[in-house]
Amino acid sequence: MQEISKKDRMKIPRQPMPEQQPDIRNSNFQEVNLGFTEELARMEALRCIQCPKPTCTSGCPVGINIREFINLVAEGDYLGAAAKIKQDNALPAVCGRVCPQEEQCEAVCVVGKKNEPVAIGRLERFVADYEREHVGIRQPEVKPKTGKRVAIIGSGPAGLSCAGDLIQMGHDVTVFEALHELGGVLVYGIPEFRLPKEIVKAEVDGLRKLGVDFQTNAVIGFTDTIDELLANGYDAVFIAVGAGLPYFMNIPGENHNGVYSSNEFLTRVNLMKAYKFPEFDTPVFDCKGKNVAVFGGGNTAMDAVRTSKRLGAKNAYIIYRRSDAEMPARKEEVHHAKEEGIQFLYLENPLEFIGENGWLKQVKLRKMELGEPDASGRRKPVPVPGSEHIMDIDMAVVAIGNGSNPIIQKTTPDIDYNKRGNIVVDEATMKTSKKGVFAGGDIVTGGATVILAMGAGRKAAAAINNYLSV
Amino acid sequence: MIFFWVGRQNIVLSFLLLKKYICRNFFYNNLHKFMYKIKSAEFLAPGIKRFVIEAPKIAAKRKAGQFVIIRVDSSGERIPLTIADSNAAEGTITIIVQGIGKTTKQLNGLNSGDCISDVVGPLGKPSHIEYFGTAVSIGGGVGTAIAFPTAVALKQAGNHTISIIGGRSKELVLLEDELKIICDEVYPTTDDGSYGFHGFVTQKLQQLIDSGRKIDFVLAIGPIPMMKAIAEVTRPYGIKTVVSLNPVMVDGTGMCGGCRATVDNKTVFVCVDGPEFDAHQVDFDLLVQRNMTYTADEKKSLEKHECRLNSLN
Repeated sequence: MQEISKKDRMKIPRQPMPEQQPDIRNSNFQEVNLGFTEELARMEALRCIQCPKPTCTSGCPVGINIREFINLVAEGDYLGAAAKIKQDNALPAVCGRVCPQEEQCEAVCVVGKKNEPVAIGRLERFVADYEREHVGIRQPEVKPKTGKRVAIIGSGPAGLSCAGDLIQMGHDVTVFEALHELGGVLVYGIPEFRLPKEIVKAEVDGLRKLGVDFQTNAVIGFTDTIDELLANGYDAVFIAVGAGLPYFMNIPGENHNGVYSSNEFLTRVNLMKAYKFPEFDTPVFDCKGKNVAVFGGGNTAMDAVRTSKRLGAKNAYIIYRRSDAEMPARKEEVHHAKEEGIQFLYLENPLEFIGENGWLKQVKLRKMELGEPDASGRRKPVPVPGSEHIMDIDMAVVAIGNGSNPIIQKTTPDIDYNKRGNIVVDEATMKTSKKGVFAGGDIVTGGATVILAMGAGRKAAAAINNYLSV
Repeated sequence: MIFFWVGRQNIVLSFLLLKKYICRNFFYNNLHKFMYKIKSAEFLAPGIKRFVIEAPKIAAKRKAGQFVIIRVDSSGERIPLTIADSNAAEGTITIIVQGIGKTTKQLNGLNSGDCISDVVGPLGKPSHIEYFGTAVSIGGGVGTAIAFPTAVALKQAGNHTISIIGGRSKELVLLEDELKIICDEVYPTTDDGSYGFHGFVTQKLQQLIDSGRKIDFVLAIGPIPMMKAIAEVTRPYGIKTVVSLNPVMVDGTGMCGGCRATVDNKTVFVCVDGPEFDAHQVDFDLLVQRNMTYTADEKKSLEKHECRLNSLN
């Protein structure tokens, strides 16, 4: 295999990911991507030219040894590849599916300069799934017990990856989760058709087997405060509560029946399984045959609009105030959404929701044009005067971003926050202004990605370990 | 299990030890999940049941006016219920449930020894209690049970407390004996005149005001039309009036905005900004409207539940 020349490797086309057909998958909640077969994975792995100085690793927020793991895949050692990835990434089955690789590792892949980049994410997913399906999630060695206890608040990606590292280092770990299921945004936010909940459950079960204690229905700030945790035997606390405060647009009519925050809509469908109503008791707006508009351009907006399509929406729109080029959503999600029949309306901004008898009926929109770049580097949308028009819609989802849920802030005043409500931490140690308390993930950065949260969780685990060893 | 081979007495002993973890209604107990066991369950009135539930952490923290979110089983929805009482020493909380839709009716079918899958709390801001002077606590139907802890707290703060208990008929007048122990004056009212004052709670309140009583504070909890009507009775006199809102909720921690209401022309999340608000600033019509979002689904769910119950009988 290694006899194939670099030139020939670069001629191999990027292998297609088997997927459900768009007009079938847009009415079911099964996973869209079906995963590489072994043949496809080996062929894709051969495309990697094994650069002597790989740039891909520097594109990865947690620095996975990409060249090495792909080499192991090419050699057929999938379990070895999984172990290699797990040296740096605790949840490859998750990241392989949800990372925006086109902005990270694949964006700097050398093969990508002349051809399409190596499908690093798809290979990561293949390897993680292979391990889980063939041998179960493998248990790494756990060091002898240190006698120290750590409380982790939040069972999302930051909390889970931090728990995974700390338990291996020999500390006792308890993860507190406010909801009744574990996984945070992985279970309430990201839909089943992008990230099957079985995978999250398998990861959590793996952590439980290592000895992590999970407590659901625990709202830290209410059920226990951080001060109480520290007083009751926990030597350190990691705050990983995420970005759990919905932003609304604050336009007239936003409280009409049929206007949802993305958090509510997705929580009803993903966490509470409203798509299986009445087998499951939680209902959600009946989208069948209706017009649904989702406002926003990120992954959450894509998730919401594709979910509404699957719930039977006749017309499912993305309404975004900038243009396609500025949309922050993962490219594959936008691509899949378009294939599934989602209609994209660009350069439109909502002014008012219009209703009848309390029910949403229409939205008043105004056209925008792109002006000078703003602080985020994207061109600022500027209203076009006199361009107001009305559109009929039955349901709206506001997916314009999330802020930090203020429960911890209100109940732990000695932790420093910034103006946006995010916890301020030391970049290197993830320490907050409160002794023994660390923080990471969306509560620090604002709404971001799963991989960044996981990187923060691992960084915090190392810092907490240092703190406890002194 | 491991004890079986050592003889019958040990089987009984091990069963008794494990009984603590066994829930009568759950066939499979997730041993690493805390199950909320019902210690006692009794009907106070037709369709209205009082539960004492083991929830030590919630019992330790809970203050008057706070609520829990409950999920009965793994396919259940999350619903808010006010904590009517708690006992930190025993580690229990008390809730009083009126069976109206599928979930509350399913809950009211549970008994002592059964478990509830998820109970989370205490949620919401506690009631704001201070010395006002003369405080009137008004409960409509199961609202009386919800107002009960705050009535207790008002009395403890030194207020002269008057309790008006509203019920459609005599059997729906709740907690009269309990309130008589705590409050200075108790006035039951019935719509049909079968007991106490014949009329609505609003009329009884107006009667008290008209008789020249100086009233400094009113707490009103019950059906939305009742709370709205009480607000209109007190508005011309400028009497400080507080109500407890009951929107649809999902998470209960301010994460989804499903419970949003308009108070003083601003959007609030009832689960974290409330559930109690200044009655004169609440947009009750919006609350009624938003509560109708799932009426069709609720009907469907209830029909399915009752059909299932009928087929089991």
